[in-house]
Amino acid sequence: MLNTLTIHEILEHLNRGECCSVDVVRSVLDAIHRTDDRIHGYLTLDESDALEQARAADVARGNGVKGRLLGVPIAVKDVLNVKGQPCTCGSKILKGYVSPYDATAIARLRAEGAVFVGRTNMDEFAMGSTTENSAYGITRNPWNLECVPGGSSGGSAAVVAANECVAALGSDTGGSVRQPASFCGCVGLKPTYGRISRYGLTAYASSLDQIGPMTKDVRDTALLLQIMAGVDAADSTTLSVSVPDYQASLTKDLRGVTVGLPKEYFVGGLDPEVERCVQEAIEVCRQLGAKVVEVSLPHTRVAVDTYYIIAPAEASANLSRFDGVRYGYRAAGALDPLDLYKKTRAEGFGPEVKRRIILGTYVLSSGYYDAFYLRAQKVRTLIRRDFEEAFKHCSVILSPVAPTPAYRIGENCADPLQMYLGDVFTVPVNLAGICGLSVPCGMASGKLPVGLQVMGPALGEEAILRTGFAFEQATHWRAQRSGIATENAGSQVQL
Amino acid sequence: MTTFRVTIGLEVHVQLKTKSKMFCACSTDFGASPNTHVCPVCMGYPGSLPVMNREAIRWTVISGLMLGCRINSFSKFDRKNYFYPDMPKNYQITQCDKPLCLGGGVDIEVGGNARRIGITRIHQEEDVAKNMHYTTWSGIDYNRAGVPLMEIVSEPDMESPDEALAYLQTLRQILVYAEVSDCNMEEGNMRCDVNISLRPEGQSTFGTKVEIKNMNSFKGIYNALHYEIERQREVIEGGGKIIQETRRWDVDKGQTFSMRTKEDAHDYRYFPEPDLMPIALPEALVAEWAAALPLLPAQRREKFVREFGLPEYDAQVLAAEKAVGDYFEDAARCSRNPKAVSNWVMTDVLRTLTEKGISISAFAIKPAALAELVDLTDAKVINSNTARDVFAIMLERGGLAKDIVAARGLAQVSDAGAIEAVVDQIIAENSKSVEDFRNGKAAAMKFLVGQVMRLSKGKANPQMAGALLEKKLSN
Amino acid sequence: MSDDKTQSAKKMDVRYVANLARLNLTDDEVVEFQSQLDHIVDHFNQIRSLEVDDVEPMAHATPIQNVFREDVVQPGLDRDVILNNAPEQSAGLVMVPTIVE
Repeated sequence: MLNTLTIHEILEHLNRGECCSVDVVRSVLDAIHRTDDRIHGYLTLDESDALEQARAADVARGNGVKGRLLGVPIAVKDVLNVKGQPCTCGSKILKGYVSPYDATAIARLRAEGAVFVGRTNMDEFAMGSTTENSAYGITRNPWNLECVPGGSSGGSAAVVAANECVAALGSDTGGSVRQPASFCGCVGLKPTYGRISRYGLTAYASSLDQIGPMTKDVRDTALLLQIMAGVDAADSTTLSVSVPDYQASLTKDLRGVTVGLPKEYFVGGLDPEVERCVQEAIEVCRQLGAKVVEVSLPHTRVAVDTYYIIAPAEASANLSRFDGVRYGYRAAGALDPLDLYKKTRAEGFGPEVKRRIILGTYVLSSGYYDAFYLRAQKVRTLIRRDFEEAFKHCSVILSPVAPTPAYRIGENCADPLQMYLGDVFTVPVNLAGICGLSVPCGMASGKLPVGLQVMGPALGEEAILRTGFAFEQATHWRAQRSGIATENAGSQVQL
Repeated sequence: MTTFRVTIGLEVHVQLKTKSKMFCACSTDFGASPNTHVCPVCMGYPGSLPVMNREAIRWTVISGLMLGCRINSFSKFDRKNYFYPDMPKNYQITQCDKPLCLGGGVDIEVGGNARRIGITRIHQEEDVAKNMHYTTWSGIDYNRAGVPLMEIVSEPDMESPDEALAYLQTLRQILVYAEVSDCNMEEGNMRCDVNISLRPEGQSTFGTKVEIKNMNSFKGIYNALHYEIERQREVIEGGGKIIQETRRWDVDKGQTFSMRTKEDAHDYRYFPEPDLMPIALPEALVAEWAAALPLLPAQRREKFVREFGLPEYDAQVLAAEKAVGDYFEDAARCSRNPKAVSNWVMTDVLRTLTEKGISISAFAIKPAALAELVDLTDAKVINSNTARDVFAIMLERGGLAKDIVAARGLAQVSDAGAIEAVVDQIIAENSKSVEDFRNGKAAAMKFLVGQVMRLSKGKANPQMAGALLEKKLSN
Repeated sequence: MSDDKTQSAKKMDVRYVANLARLNLTDDEVVEFQSQLDHIVDHFNQIRSLEVDDVEPMAHATPIQNVFREDVVQPGLDRDVILNNAPEQSAGLVMVPTIVE
């Protein structure tokens, strides 16, 4: 029962003394025992450690310690460094590595009393859209176990959707928080680039990565963003801009809000169910008082190419450090360092990672840099200009998150390019450095969730959280539960 | 036999002596136990991010200003991608197309010819870790990884090993004056790679360039260049072609050897460092730094002449090494006779340093103490012989000149009556010499003065003794 | 000097690029990756037709400059932590098979 609640609901119960943190964590652990062998959302779970943290939180609360997340369990995507915990990034090459430090975002949550309950599955090094690229097995979508949960933060999305946790953290480089949130029917935010510190987030593409909360409702996302956001001396790319009170921006109507619909996003190729759900969502926004206008994002058609040049290029350098020397997996029988690198990386990386490293190395290599990498960085400027222009005419932009609902497991493995094209609505947000939110907006006929993407200008989180919240409060999608989640609602721990 | 023209370019890497590393807060202290000055950033751990050390940037700009460079108003870092065990990230954060400093040069003088050797650029980067080689294994110490480096690339302007040596010595002198580095090749905080080519006299295009690495001293560079010139000359005159390659200097064998490598030529795949923001130095800030630059060696020489009234020669010797100049200045400011201080520093002090093989920072007599000794001698409290003895005592046992003189009763006797008594005795005991002197033998006076000194156990004021003898014997 | 106009017809040399990235590939992988990557790179040709000569490359999402830290020493990691994570270590050093200079 407790595991089915939101962060806010749990805090209310905790603050009123109606339950304690140990109860909450036990409830979450029970749910995990019940259903995670079917979903496989978690890679690592240290139950005694989680209960220990919960006990400490209860003691602290008893001593009058205040913390905005005191005693609330959060699941962490296995890409974030948490001191003393493994951090495999879904890869064999980091097997055995133990983080010696907390990521800044983790430290900020910890300072508010969060309990870190377990580490969730992901596509290896955040490269993928289905969590099928993990070296540690796939994760299944709680809504339909034959379907993927999306990726790369598929584990985090699945455990939220299955009520195997209260909230989770993911990371988003080209849609890796928003798309799994859409496929699993939860809320996912990619903040403005530089809003949350990347220190401690294992880097995939340095100029695109952001940590993102994944929650059951928009209010919880606003709270987690509030705590994690802000400048960090350890990350030169963070913004010095002050952090507003995000929860104050949550209203139940959209009066005064102008919603933009990018015409390039609504041409052919959309699953009709996705189109239907998104159009209905747009209508709800109208009812809530929003004005709807058409906008244009002319460089939409080259966004995927631009992304798949820049991200692998930066990744090829970021992943060079995984060489078997200082931590993680080391291949046996190497005769010299060159041999060591080639064997370790051949054995330690999966095929998608190898493909992207090769692609990234290629577009940076002599003779190709100007034609590919440099050119892509210029197109990126054009994509950002598209958004700057569009936001002159609207406060938020709405679109689908993905062209389809969740794929069946194994459906998209043969053709990487097909997979990449599924990122068409999410990558522009990362390329432009702006913010984007995914909120559940419907169910495709096979009972698979569909997400609505709400995009905002740089530092426009208040606008997109407001839009998402109003929409969510006016609809019933956030109360929808997967079969698995319903199973987990009947937990032993009662209030 | 063909005459060849030699073209030499030098790439010098200088470790900046900032307290912390270039991109993290680890200590740069030399000599610590292996892997004790490390953190997730300089170890290349997952999730780590670099942050620029402001002081390192400032010192590189100051070095550039002192070397006559233009400072780029917009500068940035790039990633240089290659794999090697001493590379924690397998890319080095360096500067490719927008370095901090461009242009500049160093004035040298070789064999009476003054020339200006151009500098192409100066950029900032991070140092690599240290490999220790054992038989089948190598051990890596990451203490050095991430230490700030300045890379100074010269124009290929040098035409002889002597010019290369002069360039390095002058460059080192300026950087030591800038107080950014100790520039000590033996300690590894200054490293140098050499590029050298030969072409027949009259040919306008440069010959094939050979790179030489692994020299650990200025002398090594000098010898390696000489060897390589001969080697290339023999190859060319024998009808062969010079291969463009990297060679290693082997100091024991006194030869360069080709470095066999399994790898192809590097494709470094430079791209802008996404984790670091660009550097835009406002003109006003650079002007502020330019106005407060440490003195250049030439400026200090001039200051010594102007402020202390020293001859050019003295100024040259004293300003050659910054620490010696500092010592002289400190001592001179405490003394009434800077020239006398200069004499002492140039002779006795520097000689002692050479004899003991120490640097002036380890020299036992502090500037103020030397000044006191000089002034005592100047005031004729002790004579110059005694002064040398006191100097030796101060070196060996420490202590202040005044105290030593008092304790041992070394004060020169300048009391006319006391000296006269000794003079009378010497005249009485040395009638032969007295006669010699009266007969015109000047050497006899020297002898008599010596005898006065001996009888007075060195304490008599020799000038007074001489004057008295002259007076008495000229009657 | 722009090499933009070159290299459009030549295919990626997967083995060569994999070597730059220090990755051993099996023959099967070379074949599989070659066709997949050729297909992807082909798709990239879309961006080659855009007019971008006067456009600045977007190296950073945010127009910040001059982000520095002061030259102050802070404690780092304990050596034990480093050595525990190292696959091979000895006498305080991280060990690798010998480097042939």
